Amino acid sequence: MIAHQWLELALYLGALILVTKPLGLYLGRVFDANGKTFLEPVFRPLEKLTYWIFRVDPAKEQGWKQYTFAMLVFSLVSLLFTYAILRLQNFLPLNPQNFPALSEHLAFNTAVSFTTNTNWQSYGGESTMSYLSQMVALTIHNFFSAAVGMAVAAALVRGIARHSAQTIGNFWVDVTRITYYLLLPSCLVFAIFLVSQGMIQNFKPYTSAKLIESQTISVAKTDANGKPVVDAKGNPVMENQTLDTQTIVQGPMASQVAIKMLGTNGGGYTNANAAHPFENPTPLSNFLQMLALLCIGSALTYHLGRETKNQKHGWSVWSAMFAMCLAGVLFCWWAEARGNPIHQQLGVAVADGNMEGKEVRFGIFNSALFATVTTDASCGAVNSMHDSFTPLGGLVPLFNIQTGEVIFGGVGAGLYGMLIFVVLTVFIAGLMVGRTPEYLGKKIESYDVKMVLLAFVILAFIILGFTAWASVSDWGKSSLANQGPHGLSEILYAYTSGAGNNGSAFAGLNANTPWYDTTLGVDMLLGRFGMIIPLLALAGSLARKKIVPASAGTFPVSGFTFVVLLVGTVILVGALTFLPALALGPIVEHFLMLKGNLF
Amino acid sequence: MKNLFAEFGRSIVATLFFAVILCGIYPLVVYGAGKLFFSHQAEGSLLVDKSGTVRGSSLLAQNFTGAQYFHPRPSAAGANGFDASASSGSNLGPTSTNLFAAIAQRISDYRAENNLATNSPIPADAVTASASGLDPHITPANADLQIPRVAKARGISEEQLRKLVEQNTSGRDLGLFGEPRVNVMTLNFSLDTLPGK
Repeated sequence: MIAHQWLELALYLGALILVTKPLGLYLGRVFDANGKTFLEPVFRPLEKLTYWIFRVDPAKEQGWKQYTFAMLVFSLVSLLFTYAILRLQNFLPLNPQNFPALSEHLAFNTAVSFTTNTNWQSYGGESTMSYLSQMVALTIHNFFSAAVGMAVAAALVRGIARHSAQTIGNFWVDVTRITYYLLLPSCLVFAIFLVSQGMIQNFKPYTSAKLIESQTISVAKTDANGKPVVDAKGNPVMENQTLDTQTIVQGPMASQVAIKMLGTNGGGYTNANAAHPFENPTPLSNFLQMLALLCIGSALTYHLGRETKNQKHGWSVWSAMFAMCLAGVLFCWWAEARGNPIHQQLGVAVADGNMEGKEVRFGIFNSALFATVTTDASCGAVNSMHDSFTPLGGLVPLFNIQTGEVIFGGVGAGLYGMLIFVVLTVFIAGLMVGRTPEYLGKKIESYDVKMVLLAFVILAFIILGFTAWASVSDWGKSSLANQGPHGLSEILYAYTSGAGNNGSAFAGLNANTPWYDTTLGVDMLLGRFGMIIPLLALAGSLARKKIVPASAGTFPVSGFTFVVLLVGTVILVGALTFLPALALGPIVEHFLMLKGNLF
Repeated sequence: MKNLFAEFGRSIVATLFFAVILCGIYPLVVYGAGKLFFSHQAEGSLLVDKSGTVRGSSLLAQNFTGAQYFHPRPSAAGANGFDASASSGSNLGPTSTNLFAAIAQRISDYRAENNLATNSPIPADAVTASASGLDPHITPANADLQIPRVAKARGISEEQLRKLVEQNTSGRDLGLFGEPRVNVMTLNFSLDTLPGK
């Protein structure tokens, strides 16, 4: 039993290691405007056509300001496109269930959420979104936000690798090539595989099935006007009703889920996301979904090493990520396998662990692994309900996001997030030995450190600021599903997930209220662009610098010492910033659970 | 300013052009391939009876409460559970009073239904709500405990029933991935088609 799970863990991590180099090499060709790939015959004509239509000269690169400007305008325009479709959903085709348009605040929240690669969902997909909204309004951002994230990472790596240069690449060329040579072809193959496992892909209206055993359910009685009938005490009067049909969800799911995982978007087609049996039918589909969501983030470290001609540096960054990933998986698995002592006293078998909010086909191990990797990356798809995890099990995803999702991380976002920590580590190491810090031959100066710190401070400020505001406001507390410290965890998780552009949730929180939708929307926007803009500024600044030859006093950015320092920096920054909040949420809840306290 | 307008125009064109490829052609190709090679799966793995009526999906649980059927895991999907158009877990936390009360109730019901001793440990999956609320599987241990009840209600031998359970049990995928599991939907569906019924 346990042996199987260790073997599965080894297989997963082994597969991740194996894809890192080949995929990293391939990424290098994709990011190179003149790079050749084996898909050249198929996509080269389309690529040329695209540049012609966009009026882009692929040979002309941009400086960091132009690059940023193009990225921001494109994000804004595509955000409005999605907002418009969601608001007009009832007038548009492919809406067999006749879902109404989304409210202003929900459409705003959702459009922001998908544009920023967060894919936070204040709604249940299968009861809110038409097929057109799913397939066009949402899926388009699954592609765009992934391509934009990788483009920014590619630009930053160019900035690091180049010297005395004014440009960091062309935004349109990056987005086009990433889409055609990486995302689209791999999604095609992956989506068809997912259909073979049992995922739906059709345009039929929802199917009505006649229940195998009809059920008697108790529903609130309504009068002729459809108003609920209440008794003398004001309680709703219940009546028995026979239920003999089941409404089965249909729609174009597989094409959306493939890019949702590969692009670390995470926005589910259904409310239950990757826990839904259609959306993740088998343990095999689960395994490949988990691999899909981490492989690009892992390969990007190889790309970094190759571009900077320091492969050891690439692998050192990778090792730091890997160490933190493994620690998270083991801790979360242990916590969930131990289960909940309060429920075990009632008679729940101790060996089964905490199965509330988990699926039998995945069990404890695959749920813990998925929860860890989906928050290592900025994916946020879930195959189990994090809200029902044990306090320490739920701490792992929460802390993962609070590190800034640099443990492999979202496609692109993980690497550029980690590079902030690398620069900070080099800076701290430089301070310790009293030398001007250098990173790969570039002097790290006051401007660079300011940009790095700006990215950190924004993240901490919005997460803690919004959490504090919500937890003392009526609008914040009235949405909670759980009381006590778990309630605080729900709020903290929501703003952490938004700012980190993760999108997973302690989903008991009813976030579809004007206040939550709006504050979370702002939270996501600041978390995404408040990080990207200083980073591109850093890329521009690094690209301009001259190379200083390495000397005996240069701090090496590879090897054991560097990895330890890097992990230390990540954990220290995360811990110092968020430990007080974590202590009031999951940590205190853990001790209360051991004592048997209920809320 | 000129640059600003040019960039807006380009973004609008890019959004629409990519929408055609990524949100039109791509899903249609997947749709076509699915229809061609995996049409059963692509349309929801539906269970259809002899008269041609759709009775459910082998992937989505329905509720079963009668003694003659195997019972699925508890569900928090929709107001009454098992709402296949509103998937959801309970989202109740580990120190929730409501969750505690629900599990206590389910344990006592499960022991009473299956004639178990009052201190017998109960498989966790039998008394906890699944993540989707539509989990079609139960653990083999859970199925085992239900066999005597179902056999008695149907008047068939436990041995015969055990065989049927085995036919509806999947091991780990490729012998490696995931957990062994019994599909309640296909099991109950085939129970109703047993000869003599």
